[in-house]
Amino acid sequence: MLLRAFIPLGVFAAIGLVLWSGIGKNPQLLPSALLGKPAPAFAAKALHAPETEITSASLLGKPYLLNVFGSWCVSCRVEHPLLMEVERRGEITLVGLNWNDTREDATRWLAQFGDPYSQIIFDADGRIAIDFGVTGAPESFVISAEGRVLHKFVGPLTEDDIENKVKPLLAGQAL
Amino acid sequence: MSALLRMLLLAIGLGLAAGASAIDPMPFTDRAEEVRFQKLLHELRCLQCQNQTLADSDADIARQLREEVFRLMRDNKSNDEIKDFLIDRYGPFVLYKPRVSSSTWLLWFGPFVILAGASVFLWLQMRRRRRTAAAGAAPTPSDEEDW
Repeated sequence: MLLRAFIPLGVFAAIGLVLWSGIGKNPQLLPSALLGKPAPAFAAKALHAPETEITSASLLGKPYLLNVFGSWCVSCRVEHPLLMEVERRGEITLVGLNWNDTREDATRWLAQFGDPYSQIIFDADGRIAIDFGVTGAPESFVISAEGRVLHKFVGPLTEDDIENKVKPLLAGQAL
Repeated sequence: MSALLRMLLLAIGLGLAAGASAIDPMPFTDRAEEVRFQKLLHELRCLQCQNQTLADSDADIARQLREEVFRLMRDNKSNDEIKDFLIDRYGPFVLYKPRVSSSTWLLWFGPFVILAGASVFLWLQMRRRRRTAAAGAAPTPSDEEDW
């Protein structure tokens, strides 16, 4: 009978554990709905060359890291030195998706901090970002040579992400 | 009018103003379209500011999604088609009211299972007490039986 007195404590502990496990989790980290699926088709102008068109088809044949950025985005500046380093090492192809920005601001921003991207898609009205399910910048998508979304990162990339997630995903793919 | 009443009216007025939400005016053709648009937006989550609906949020992405929803409405898409469009891109979390599927059964029916379980437990307890009482033994209140 004495044991019954501990039932409320047990229930309390169980509820406490469930709630405790949620503390510190990032609610923005939702699994991408696109994971494993073909990246959405798009056609847009290049940032630096308004007459050149970049399409999802033109990017096929080589895996790449699609990085959503904007000159207004503070976290993108935090991430930027790492992208410059990745570009310098030349191991991963970086494609930029310039989001909710103006050509002038983006160009000035890249001139100031450096341009690590092999190509930059200029998403004038934000509709490409909607197709990719982007909710904020920076976000990055690992896309295979066949155009499948292999992984999505929310927030600034880290050295650890590049070494332990992006590279293993791209291993075995022709670079 | 007392000062208190005036304060109360002011508070109500401010509350209503806050409820008027962040929506930019859309070129609605009629009232029905506007009502449908508003209703739909209140069922969709802004994934940047997750405890706000698309109707409430002032974020850029929410504004763009409102425009996208409006465009889809103009394309004669049904409410379900519009929701599917957003789920395909943002995942099921975009809906404030999750759909009934195998992954949400616990969410939908869990409370009823708990209610049923608790009811059965309560019924068994009451029956036991009634039997004890009927057996003639006057229930002696004790510390252990207090719940």
